Amino acid sequence: MKIIACIKQVPDSEAKVKTEGGQVSWGDAPLVINPFDEYAVEGALQQKEASGGTVTALCVGGESAKDALKHALAMGADDAVLVSDAALNDIDTVGAARVLAAAINKIGGADMVIFGRQTLDNGAGLTPAQTARIIGWPMLGLAGQIKVDAGSVSVERVLEEGRQTVSAKMPVVLSVVQSIGEPRYPSFMGIRKASKATIPVWSLADINTAAPAPVITRTELTTPPAQEKEVEMITGESAADIADKLADKILAEKVL
Amino acid sequence: MKTFVYIDHFKGEVQPASWEAIGLAKNYGTAVALVFGADTDEITKAAFEYGADEVIVVDDAALTDYLAEPYASTLSALAASSSPDLILFPTTARTREMAAMSAVDLSTGVLTDVTGFEMNGDQFVATRPIYEGKLLEKTVCSGKPVMATIRGRVFPKPARESGKTGTLTKGVAKTDTLSTAHGYSAAESAVNLGDAAVIVSGGRGVSNNPSLTPPAGMDEKQAEVWRAQQGFALITDLAVLLGGAVGASRAAVDGGYITYAHQVGQTGKVVTPDLYIACGISGAIQHLVGMRNAKVIVAINKDADAPVFKQARYGVVGDLFAIVPALTEAMKKKMGK
Repeated sequence: MKIIACIKQVPDSEAKVKTEGGQVSWGDAPLVINPFDEYAVEGALQQKEASGGTVTALCVGGESAKDALKHALAMGADDAVLVSDAALNDIDTVGAARVLAAAINKIGGADMVIFGRQTLDNGAGLTPAQTARIIGWPMLGLAGQIKVDAGSVSVERVLEEGRQTVSAKMPVVLSVVQSIGEPRYPSFMGIRKASKATIPVWSLADINTAAPAPVITRTELTTPPAQEKEVEMITGESAADIADKLADKILAEKVL
Repeated sequence: MKTFVYIDHFKGEVQPASWEAIGLAKNYGTAVALVFGADTDEITKAAFEYGADEVIVVDDAALTDYLAEPYASTLSALAASSSPDLILFPTTARTREMAAMSAVDLSTGVLTDVTGFEMNGDQFVATRPIYEGKLLEKTVCSGKPVMATIRGRVFPKPARESGKTGTLTKGVAKTDTLSTAHGYSAAESAVNLGDAAVIVSGGRGVSNNPSLTPPAGMDEKQAEVWRAQQGFALITDLAVLLGGAVGASRAAVDGGYITYAHQVGQTGKVVTPDLYIACGISGAIQHLVGMRNAKVIVAINKDADAPVFKQARYGVVGDLFAIVPALTEAMKKKMGK
């Protein structure tokens, strides 16, 4: 089975993200593989273990994104491809989906393309479904469990209201959630292999596509107003005493 | 100006932010509610009563279970034939998918999880949190229709006017699909953290009550989960009293104390209740990003140095097994319940 795991590189969750000259800045905080996409790589590796085949990690991003791909390689992916082009700096989610769809075609298709649920930076969570729509494959979103049987994929979608079972014939596009299983740590051998790997970089010309014109554009970037974060510690003689004081404070906030 | 408002529902239970979207749509002219599914009369009635000028109902057995593809295709066809200027949705797992696909069909874009919406000249400008809420961006969409999913509990919910009606139109379902739905298994308890005004959450600390003696015959892990469940029972009592929902940290979910549907934080839900009470949660950044925009945060933790106190309005250093039931009692008395 041929599996593609789509990943993105984002600033680490701990990063102090702020605006600088109207642009997003995260100082010298490290860039990491999008935490949601680690589940995509984990899900891909699980499927490879179950059915055999290969896992290719695919990323659209700058040169630095090779590090995120190396993380996927160290986890156990067989190979990696970076799509990088100066013309892609302002792409929106549909644009990213068009580029990914073109790259998937260039790779020669797949049986399964797996995404994380969303990215940590933009957080829109639209790209998986848009990629499926553009490439014309079924979309099985928010999978917590994946089963492959005779050319069909069946997933348990994790929704607020419960779990929905949905199936489709391969090739399919999937997005996975945390229930898929904890992403494995890169092994020592994996890290060694990844450090030596040469990752091919494709331009838009290489994947026979033009830069998609963005439909969505940012007009302003701000830091949310700082909130009153002065904590008031409630102390007392006993649990009942503390609870009594705390209850008064909560009621005085008039939020109930 | 004409706005489509997609009414998102699960087996007849409407996501309340759908009504908030009707309220928002009315600011810009005509609000046309879209109701997809089977047996949707009650929803249609409610849509009129919340202010929809028109309701387009696509009632088709093929749409009984939500599936992304036919729902998206049906929406795209309706939008193509009646050219709305704007399509609004409540932000849910379902709407993110179908809006994403329809935007491809209609060559436009989707602004997700919108917390502010205004008109600037003839352009809609949406404000949305990015980088886990660390920044806010204003964005515009040059395609038509503009599509936006709004965050729940941000825009005012219109008053319901009993008996109000309007124009009812029947729409046609596009039932082509590449996937098949095989049914649902319901969650053990319905969890709707996104719409909850109050959330009481538990973390790893809920298993940390050595004075409880688990039933004989349990191994260490079973005993830990059992202890945690006693802790969550106390949390649930408080949540129920306050009319709220039960949340959890990732540590509690990973520990097997409670299901994933309750998880607040980076890989769970981002929530914005009026009151958030964190019990036995130390406050890893991945949890804090999911709850720090709550109006009032109360933290109860044994460890005075726990990072959660840095986000809290009120803090109690103490044993949640003593404080939480005492708080439930105190609130019960003061609220006259």
